[in-house]
Amino acid sequence: MAKRPPSSLLFNGSEWSFATLSRAYEAIEEIAVGEMGLDVYPNQIEIISSEQMLDAYSSIGMPLMYQHWSFGKRFVFESHFYRKGRRGLAYELVINSNPCITYLMEENTMPMQALVTAHAAFGHNHFFKNNYLFRQWTDAGAILGYMDFAKKYITKCEERHGIAAVEEILDSAHALMDQGVFHYRRPPRLSPAKVTERARERLEYEEQTYSDLWRTLPTAVGSAGIEEAEKEALERKKVLNLPEENLLYFLEKHSLILEPWQREILRIVRVIAQYFYPQGQTKVMNEGCATFVHYTIINRLFDQGRMSEGAMLELLASHANVVFQPGFDDPRFSGINPYALGFAMMQDIERICTKPTAEDKDWFPDIAGNGDSMGTLIDAWENHRDESFVLQYLSPALIRKFRLFHLSDLATDRFCEVASIHDERGYSAVRAALARNYDPSTHRPDIQVVDVDLLGDRQLRLRHRIRNGVLLDEAERDRTLAHIRRLWGYGVSLAGVDSATDKVLYECSSAQA
Amino acid sequence: MPNFIDRRLNPKDRSLGNRQRFLKRVHDELKRSIRDQVRSDKIADVDAAHGVPVPKRGADEPSFRNASNSGERHHVLPGNETFSAGDRIGKPDAGGGQGAGRGAGRGEGDDDFLFILSRDEVLDLFFEDLELPDMVKLNLKETVTYKPHRVGFTTAGTPSNINVGRTMRNSFGRRIALRRPSEKEYQAVADEIAALENEPSLSQPQRRRLAALREELEALERRRKRIAYVDPVDVRFNRFERLPLPNANAVMFCLMDVSASMGEREKDLAKRFFVLLHLFLKRRYERIDIVFIRHTDEAHEVDEETFFFSKQSGGTVVSTALEEMQRIILDRYPSNIWNIYAAQASDGDNATGDSERCAALLRDELMKLCQYYAYVEIIDERESEIFGATDNGTSLWRSYRKVDGAVPNFQMTRIARPADIYPVFRKLFARHKAVQLSR
Repeated sequence: MAKRPPSSLLFNGSEWSFATLSRAYEAIEEIAVGEMGLDVYPNQIEIISSEQMLDAYSSIGMPLMYQHWSFGKRFVFESHFYRKGRRGLAYELVINSNPCITYLMEENTMPMQALVTAHAAFGHNHFFKNNYLFRQWTDAGAILGYMDFAKKYITKCEERHGIAAVEEILDSAHALMDQGVFHYRRPPRLSPAKVTERARERLEYEEQTYSDLWRTLPTAVGSAGIEEAEKEALERKKVLNLPEENLLYFLEKHSLILEPWQREILRIVRVIAQYFYPQGQTKVMNEGCATFVHYTIINRLFDQGRMSEGAMLELLASHANVVFQPGFDDPRFSGINPYALGFAMMQDIERICTKPTAEDKDWFPDIAGNGDSMGTLIDAWENHRDESFVLQYLSPALIRKFRLFHLSDLATDRFCEVASIHDERGYSAVRAALARNYDPSTHRPDIQVVDVDLLGDRQLRLRHRIRNGVLLDEAERDRTLAHIRRLWGYGVSLAGVDSATDKVLYECSSAQA
Repeated sequence: MPNFIDRRLNPKDRSLGNRQRFLKRVHDELKRSIRDQVRSDKIADVDAAHGVPVPKRGADEPSFRNASNSGERHHVLPGNETFSAGDRIGKPDAGGGQGAGRGAGRGEGDDDFLFILSRDEVLDLFFEDLELPDMVKLNLKETVTYKPHRVGFTTAGTPSNINVGRTMRNSFGRRIALRRPSEKEYQAVADEIAALENEPSLSQPQRRRLAALREELEALERRRKRIAYVDPVDVRFNRFERLPLPNANAVMFCLMDVSASMGEREKDLAKRFFVLLHLFLKRRYERIDIVFIRHTDEAHEVDEETFFFSKQSGGTVVSTALEEMQRIILDRYPSNIWNIYAAQASDGDNATGDSERCAALLRDELMKLCQYYAYVEIIDERESEIFGATDNGTSLWRSYRKVDGAVPNFQMTRIARPADIYPVFRKLFARHKAVQLSR
């Protein structure tokens, strides 16, 4: 190694400059695009300071965000943990946008900058651009424009209607963010210009068609009036399209009391929730992909003699920290590390493709020994989410390596039972259980709008389908119902129905809350 | 080549606005917890940055969440060493919960979370809605505050102060006076040239016309270049003049009894009261004079250090302190210019007959000079139960009681334990105080 001329190194020492950054970028790009065949959005790399990183953290990673106290709360938390040294800051932050924005921290050493560039600007970037969930559910080209619109719109609302009024709506909307996502029906794509235009038109139409005369009409009396109202109600119920899983959408469209600008705010919160929907389902794959990409690239750079041994050592140490998985009884344990699992699975796929054992041939007949590990990986990155990825690719070898075991936990019992472990009988069960845990629908309470009593007290009826007997946290539930009530304008009731037996387990309404 | 952007110089306090909103939202809770803390801790602690538990009320973000104590769950965990299928593991007792399956909570780890408020934020919360009453005497003798006022225009200034209307008016006038060709004129000639150039064939006069027009266009262009649209001589800036603001001069007299009858406990309470007062004045009124007077059977004006820290003992003649105060007022703080305040702390013991003299001094002399006079009596905890809200008490208390009835801007109250100090302090200096204290 020492015989190599020093000029082949991309950088020397730990200080970085824009010249070394772009030299490293080009070398990385050569490997990532040329050799690995990654397909990425154009990159925009921004250098930020740690304070700015904290800022970015607290506005859920978006470069543009409207103002709300909850982001301030998050900021206070993050900066507290950071100052106490309890939590380090991320080395990078990457935004699923086109061009793909990557934030690098100025404190990083040059080797770290190279690693992070490979990780974020190529690993995550490739994943964002190619994974089917992101392609179907998010619009990378429009998100920055949309956020700009959202921020300006909400600022304008604050000017017009007062900060307190806007805050109220945002509070309520945030409470329903998890219930503000379409899980089955894909949302239409938006272009920000069109959105603004539509909001404006909607408002203008309302203003134009407003006639004060209507207000002065006496309320309907006599049977003719009731009949009319009945017909109207039937009509409206058809329009409501019940049951509806997206509570925010329902309230935005059908709330009885909201003003147009309030509906637009609900819409903004809903769109943002929808934008983040794929990220929650692809943590293992996304991080695994990025980690695999940076690991491959830095090793390649080292093999090419473009990185020094010192830099390599630093990066390997950092890499090892990232993919560290403590056991369940370790005090450091806090769930399965998505970096560790994702990276290990991808390395495992590479091994299965190139050096399969007899067992692998039994379990993965279609990819074992196909010799094209990169192609297999790229295909997996494109067509899976965590749940299906684990179900498809978690090999017995890896289950043994992680020594995974499946624990079933019934709240009423005084003990947990080990259902299966890493043995011949357990592999499939462990794999299936792990995959199920990565399916967000197993954790997300399933709450839908089922009926509205438009003729009577206008009560909004929600139904919670209880799976496996998992109930809702009652205090939180009641406060959330109060928020729904605020948006709906009238009473709201929630019934918990067991999905297996159809028995009503509990019922509550906003009046009790 | 990627697009590298250096954002480090961008403003970094993007979250500051959000932090402020958060503070505002939990304002009341913060205030309460700071006061509770200070009540139980040392009063002097208020003068520092504080860690305050983030209030749950007002700052929670509810959502539909699964309760952790119901239903059936499945965990997959790494690191199995000893278990085989069918093994049963006892659960830790309620509350602990299983290590796994918890990580999803958003407010993870907020139990031990302290939120650091800066010293200024603490003091602001602490002294909110307190003020010295009746600060009416204003004068310009010693002005320190100025406020900029718009007065006319000037030819020099910072770009942010440019008066666009005035600048454009000047520019317009100059352009007319110097006959700068307008855009319209210029365009008309240019259009005509274009029209002529588009003609397939030109007659002789047309050709001459074209040449003339071209010359004219050139002349116009030259002229437009020479006479700028907006010239530096047009530019006007808003001019600001700093006008002095009338300033309130205030002096606070702190009178403390340090005689032998004041035990350690009493002195401690009195000092705590004055520390709080001192902090309050320093925080709220930058330019306030504070005069410290302590007395036994004779009174002395002392400096801050001596007042708070030095020990002295002796008999008690309260009126000496009042006389000293009167002397200082006559000497240094003419009451027509100064807003004069006084706070007195004592255990109420006094030399026989002196209490009446004190009351008379106050009623006839001092209260005419003072804006406000607060008397704080430090009593025993048992006494506080006996006396309660009655008029009974020490000789000084009884005498002062009469002053209290006669003069509106006199207040008296009792302190029995450290926890009383802050409420009493608030009562004494609450803004818009209308009700007489009964305690």
